[in-house]
Amino acid sequence: MEAAAVPQPKPPVVRRVASAVWQNILWIGLGAWVLFYLVQEPTSTLDDIKTGISNGTIWALIALGYTLVYGIIELINFAHGDVFMLGSFVAVGLWTWLGITAGSSVIVIILGIAGVLVVSMLATGSLNVMIERVAYRPLRNAPKLAPLITAIGMSFILQNVGALWHPLPTSVPDLIGSQRTLFTVLDVDVVRSDVFAIAVTLPLLIALLTFIGQTRYGKAMRATAQDPDAARLMGINVDRTIALTFLIGGLLAGAAGLIYALYNGTIRFNQGFTAGLIAFTAAVMGGIGNLKGAVAGGLIIGVVQSISDDQYGQQWTEAVVFAILILIMVFRPDGLFGEEVRPG
Amino acid sequence: MSGAKSRAPALRSGFSNVRNMLPRWAWMLIFLGLAIAYPYVVPDLLGGGAGDDLLDASVNTLGYIIMALGLNIVVGFAGLLDLGYVAFYAIGAFVIGWLGSGQFEKVHLDFITDVPKALPGLHINFVIVVIVAAAFTGLWGVILGAPTLRLRGDYLAIVTLAFGEIVPRVFENWEFVSNGRQGITPIDRVYLPGVGELNYPIELTGIYFVGLAMVLVTLFVNIRLRDSRLGRAWIAVREDEVAAAAMGVNLVRTKLWAYAVGAAFGGFAGAFLGAYRNTVNVDQFEFGFSVFILCMIIIGGMGNVAGVILGAVALSMLDRFILPQLNSVPDAIGLNFDLTAVNFGIFGFFLLVMMVLRPEGFIPSTRRKLELHAGEVEDAAADRSAEVAPGEPLYEARH
Repeated sequence: MEAAAVPQPKPPVVRRVASAVWQNILWIGLGAWVLFYLVQEPTSTLDDIKTGISNGTIWALIALGYTLVYGIIELINFAHGDVFMLGSFVAVGLWTWLGITAGSSVIVIILGIAGVLVVSMLATGSLNVMIERVAYRPLRNAPKLAPLITAIGMSFILQNVGALWHPLPTSVPDLIGSQRTLFTVLDVDVVRSDVFAIAVTLPLLIALLTFIGQTRYGKAMRATAQDPDAARLMGINVDRTIALTFLIGGLLAGAAGLIYALYNGTIRFNQGFTAGLIAFTAAVMGGIGNLKGAVAGGLIIGVVQSISDDQYGQQWTEAVVFAILILIMVFRPDGLFGEEVRPG
Repeated sequence: MSGAKSRAPALRSGFSNVRNMLPRWAWMLIFLGLAIAYPYVVPDLLGGGAGDDLLDASVNTLGYIIMALGLNIVVGFAGLLDLGYVAFYAIGAFVIGWLGSGQFEKVHLDFITDVPKALPGLHINFVIVVIVAAAFTGLWGVILGAPTLRLRGDYLAIVTLAFGEIVPRVFENWEFVSNGRQGITPIDRVYLPGVGELNYPIELTGIYFVGLAMVLVTLFVNIRLRDSRLGRAWIAVREDEVAAAAMGVNLVRTKLWAYAVGAAFGGFAGAFLGAYRNTVNVDQFEFGFSVFILCMIIIGGMGNVAGVILGAVALSMLDRFILPQLNSVPDAIGLNFDLTAVNFGIFGFFLLVMMVLRPEGFIPSTRRKLELHAGEVEDAAADRSAEVAPGEPLYEARH
């Protein structure tokens, strides 16, 4: 009894500082890395950060799909990157079919982008639901690695669909005049594609967070993520909730595909594989299952990528991102913001 | 599902009836005899170009069999899903690129080969190179495997995948060791003391037997390891890590050995394929290849040596021989695409269908099958439990 009253000796300051540093090692490492280049070459690094953030919105949208699905059924949906790729393909295919080019009038272009955005989102959303139905639902009770393997199979099938559709890299009509400068801040030119990426992404993110946080369906999704059995007992249709999660992930991937097409100007059938891995890195970085984390992770990866492009050359960027993925998974598997998956 | 379940045991018992007609050594002799007679008989039956194509495909198949058996140690025996196996193929292939070509112009070393004395670069005998390649790659297996030891199943898969992407990128960008995108070519032909230099790609029988010998070595090591203390430890770790650790299995050492041995065979086969194809090029080392090898294991039967060989033969023959032969079919039925261009889509489809309908593969290992169907067996047990009289023991499958 008396022993309990004795105040615990505080650990020495050095150790407390050391443990605080270790707790935040990711933040510190990243911050130091960015700061180093900011001090060395302020203007070009600021430009990289800007490009990184706008490019990162694409990764953020894809990463949300990974994180939503992982949060609810603990599956790395390998096919997600390829769903995103098909989103790009659908968008570009529709523009070609409708005959919308950079020369069309402004009204046509705006309506064309908005309409095609909706259609390609619906296309990828329903594709994602079908994938879940065919490849993952039959394996709901199988060992965890079984659906991962079917996911890889699905990803290859979709990639080949893309390869048959456009075997070669295809250029996209520059509908938004993507490289035209809109305004300049701190010597950094903000071009139209940057603004476009953020302008499309932001409303989607707000809508998503509202949907998950405020609606009945969102509540059902959160409940299923926490404990599918208990959710079922509470009268939630778990299968339908999982399908809904895939639908939302697919919708976001479709939007990302459209932004990617206009932002980069070319689409390739294998863009989904790399994009998927980068976005997955972002999801893990933000803490898998954590929605805001996935968005932040996407933006951070975007910045890391564009600084790396600039400083080490583009050919190393993929290796840098994958090295970050490995480091995070090995040393901080719960990411920057903590993961939100069910315990055990 | 119920239809598939009721058919499966029938198929299996038919299979074991045939198998039990002869003792195991007799089967081995029969298959060995077939494999030896094969290059003299089958290509001649097809005749001409198709026969040569078939033999070429068969030599590649031998390399793939070694890799599939190697990956089977990691995935099938130890249960660690490795999606970056291509890294070890790359390392093994580059070892023969370094030790058997003019890549390093500033040095000259010649050891039991037939190359002209004036040629720059390292030229070491093939037999020594494959052993060095296996050892070197095995070491890399440990280096790349060590960080993954603590990870959960799917995270482990992703980390190995990332390694599988990084290794080829490093080779691609580090021109000194790889010549960048051009790759290393030509590579010395295989030279065997007493036989001389094999003159593939004109005459493929010699290299076929080199490959066959390597497959037999791999097979021998594989079976001996599976039945050893280490092999039992791998299976124990696959089935239940915690229980295995409690029984005194050293998890770290067991897993690292699995990575090392699996990787070593990847390098072994990589060196062989590098020498046979006469070029080592980073374009060969893509993620699809890891999945290709994984697909062989899953289709054949994870953890079962015979199944893995069957899967490897079936898939690599499909990839290297059947699809190229059928390449004109889509055109003939009015579709405009190359069948070889969609090969990975076809493998993906196989993966998907196999995993959903028959996850244990065509020739399953009995234990693995039980593990994969554990959920169903438990469900069935739960259904039956109502019918069982109280006090009667219920047999249930382990989770």
